[in-house]
Amino acid sequence: MSDNNYGSIMKDGLWENNVVFSQMLALCPTMAVTTSGTNGLGMGLATTAVLVVSNVLVSLIRHTVSSQVRIPVFVVLIATLVTVVDMAMNAWLHDLYKVLGLFIALIVVNCAILGRAEAFAVKNGVVASAVDGLAMGLGFTGALTFIGLIREFLGSGTLFAQASNLLGPSFAFLEMKLPGYGGALLMILPPGGFAILGFLLAGKRVMEQRLADKAAAAGEGAPAAA
Amino acid sequence: MNLEAIREKIAYQPILLGVFALLASGALAWASSATGEAIAAAEAKDLRDSLAEVLPPGLADNDFLKDTVALENNGKTVTIYRARKEGVVKAALFKVAQRGYAGDIQVLMAVDSAGKTLGVRVLKHSETPGLGDKIEVKKDPWVKSFDGKSLGDPAPEKWAVKKDGGIFDQFAGATITPRAVVKAVKGGMDFYAEHRKEILGDQS
Repeated sequence: MSDNNYGSIMKDGLWENNVVFSQMLALCPTMAVTTSGTNGLGMGLATTAVLVVSNVLVSLIRHTVSSQVRIPVFVVLIATLVTVVDMAMNAWLHDLYKVLGLFIALIVVNCAILGRAEAFAVKNGVVASAVDGLAMGLGFTGALTFIGLIREFLGSGTLFAQASNLLGPSFAFLEMKLPGYGGALLMILPPGGFAILGFLLAGKRVMEQRLADKAAAAGEGAPAAA
Repeated sequence: MNLEAIREKIAYQPILLGVFALLASGALAWASSATGEAIAAAEAKDLRDSLAEVLPPGLADNDFLKDTVALENNGKTVTIYRARKEGVVKAALFKVAQRGYAGDIQVLMAVDSAGKTLGVRVLKHSETPGLGDKIEVKKDPWVKSFDGKSLGDPAPEKWAVKKDGGIFDQFAGATITPRAVVKAVKGGMDFYAEHRKEILGDQS
């Protein structure tokens, strides 16, 4: 992948190589926090911020770090970064921290961060790494919000409940409630998360298969460009 | 020697790791000292907000965060905040904990000088969402059913959920959670009765 091909980096992060739906990384935080759309969005945005900064830092030091000790160096770097973000948010964005606090500490164990450092940032320039971090982060955010919304809708009959706590009172219009629906508790519990993720993964595969078939059918007449 | 050759040397690896560990500790130490004060202030404000939640407005005119006594309760130290008006202790606020269905349930309660509950709130729990979380005041007003109760009213054997012959409602599908909260509050009332003198000071 060349350094200036930002379009394909974005596409890779958002869809082709999506952290949750394709790489199947970070499933532990995914299952844990996607009980509502708001939680998924919050975790996704916090992860995106950490991912961009960690990718930039790893890219900056990629020539200094030898391949033998790169893993411990990256782990120390990411853990430090997350801890600093955690403390800074607790101090200066305390209300947001009360909503997101638990998730911030969870980012340390999110293998997608180390995964991107290893798979991308260590081989690419600073700007490309930043774009990759942003794309992967937004792809992760989208996946988490989507799973969260489905689980929240089926499980509690609401959409974006308590979004105004996370984004400010001006976003209260996002909050919706289905009247007279008790909710299916199973969807809020971990088994519901696994079930929803399974259906989504299968759906994505079917969609990609259809697209590939269509491309193959169209390409029979004229050879497809490489 | 260029960087690539140096990078392969054995001595380079521990030095590199050491430098990064040092930088990381430095960054953490700096962040910790830069944020420590603000975090303490924000946590004090949280505590004050949650204490104000169980204390009826206008009951206290002192800074009850600073007016504390520490007492032993079953081997644990409990901090009791004293709300005073014109120097007289009007209410005592403290936390109690009880094991629920999944982990400890932390309950904050306020008891007035006559031994009546002023308010009870659940601060922290990990009960089943949708079933046991009705103990949160924003999900269900259930926890307000403790207001105004004392050790004699209801009688000690009535300090239980209805299923156990008491007066407090249980939830459909969740009995263990409200049972634990009732037990926690009852424990807090017993603790208060036992230590009334120490809490109220010399005024009684």
